[in-house]
Amino acid sequence: MSSDIYRDIILDYYRNPRNFGDLTNPDVRAKDSNPLCGDVIEMQLKIEDSRIVDVRFKGRGCAISQASASMLTEAVKGKTLDEIKGFGKSDVLNLLGIDPGPTRIKCALLGLKVVKLGVYGYLGQAVTDDVKQLV
Amino acid sequence: MEKVTTINTLKIREDFPVLKRQVNGKNLVYFDNAATSQKPNLVIDAISTYYRQYNANVHRGIHKLAEEATLAHEEAREKIAKFINARHTEEIVFTRNATEAINLVAYSWGRANITKGDKIVLTIIEHHSNIVPWQVLAQEKNAQIEFIKIDENGLLLEKDINDLIDERTKLVGVTHASNVLGTIAPIKEICKRAHRFGAKVMVDAAQSTPHMRVDVRDIDSDFFAFSAHKMLGPTGIGALHGKRECLESMPPFLAGGEMIKEVHSTGSTWKELPYKFEAGTPNIAGAIGFGAAIDYLNKIGIQNVRDHEKDITAYALARMSTVNGLTVYGPKSTDQRVGVVSFNLGDIHAHDLATILDEEGIAVRSGHHCAQPLMEFLDVPAMSRASFYIYNTREEVDTFINALEKARKLFRS
Repeated sequence: MSSDIYRDIILDYYRNPRNFGDLTNPDVRAKDSNPLCGDVIEMQLKIEDSRIVDVRFKGRGCAISQASASMLTEAVKGKTLDEIKGFGKSDVLNLLGIDPGPTRIKCALLGLKVVKLGVYGYLGQAVTDDVKQLV
Repeated sequence: MEKVTTINTLKIREDFPVLKRQVNGKNLVYFDNAATSQKPNLVIDAISTYYRQYNANVHRGIHKLAEEATLAHEEAREKIAKFINARHTEEIVFTRNATEAINLVAYSWGRANITKGDKIVLTIIEHHSNIVPWQVLAQEKNAQIEFIKIDENGLLLEKDINDLIDERTKLVGVTHASNVLGTIAPIKEICKRAHRFGAKVMVDAAQSTPHMRVDVRDIDSDFFAFSAHKMLGPTGIGALHGKRECLESMPPFLAGGEMIKEVHSTGSTWKELPYKFEAGTPNIAGAIGFGAAIDYLNKIGIQNVRDHEKDITAYALARMSTVNGLTVYGPKSTDQRVGVVSFNLGDIHAHDLATILDEEGIAVRSGHHCAQPLMEFLDVPAMSRASFYIYNTREEVDTFINALEKARKLFRS
């Protein structure tokens, strides 16, 4: 079957998630859920000099949400907090390599929303509307 | 398996224009009927004819169009009353949907009758629409809610029915047929027990009325709610059946135009039933479409509808039992369930499964199905659900089974 959404790479990240688990003494813990699917993602970040030096995630839910969160952990490691603020929907779609369509996009963006919630929380800044609207 | 179905499905399919659609290059297999059914030309045309030929407001105008519109609106009410064997036509109150019908009872009857310490008994298989209005009421009145649980086959526990419904119980809220498990609840027995203690019974009949013969006189329910859009009719219209003496004793739900007899600056009086509960210009086109849907179901015969769905459901259950790793929820016997089959395949999340089925043109529902207490009770985060109606075929079930096998291979589940 030629399933565009469930490309091998997405199923691989779902079955063998990278950066899954806990950090010791993370600087940031953030968590959110997607009420449609019941997907839950928690992100833990280690931050030094305004830069993410390590990251882990935990969660449960559909393949799209878990795989995109795992891919995102690889993408944000080493990035500055300002760079994370500039991360958007198109960056996540580039990681996935597909557009999951209007009904599933929220699953794909949950990980990004949680990372951003964590970063804004760490900086003590109010979360912007565009972040709230991700999921 | 021998076919027992008595209706001509292929001929019926001709009446539903949407069934000719292709989805993702495949013939549409519409298995999401518990969410909403498709609409036949008869219903679509009835609505369009009203707007094209006799659009007018009802009950007040003294002109020809108003007379025709009023007649059609009230004829629909009569058809609905007959369809569920109501004793009186004025026992049918039009609402937006079953949810609004239940809210009408919770706000109007509930606020006048529930007091501190009273007990409301619900079941663990209720849709949120027959839970949340009672939670809001219970919180406001400091009343208590208890839940009748189910056995491993998804049937309501007789012991709970007998233990929980007691002299403190003022209201029992029960679904006639579960939108997740398909379970048909013993509502006649529940009404009997509730009435022994003077409690009223609110039946959520959204999933039963479209698919089986319902008889509110035989059931002896006090309140009975259902929606048109799940039974071939349009969205935005539903009905509450209430026993006349119950409805008469209740204060209005919404106030304003249409529901008043006289309005003075010092106060107002209400119209007789059912208009007391129908404030504002009603959904006239919706009611007319609802009436046409009943005409269509009567033409087929509701017992034929039920027999056909039992056949499709039995066939689906038998075929699904051959799929490795598939968990199917709900009663085993089609005598105890309607044509709703919820399932999970291995560890594939319900939304992933629904997406894969959609790629094959198959529409199913996935998620918690507005029944989170049941999901918690079963300790399942989500399920996929296939639900059938008169136009579904065994061939479509075969397509569905093949798609499940493809999903299993794709996820190596």
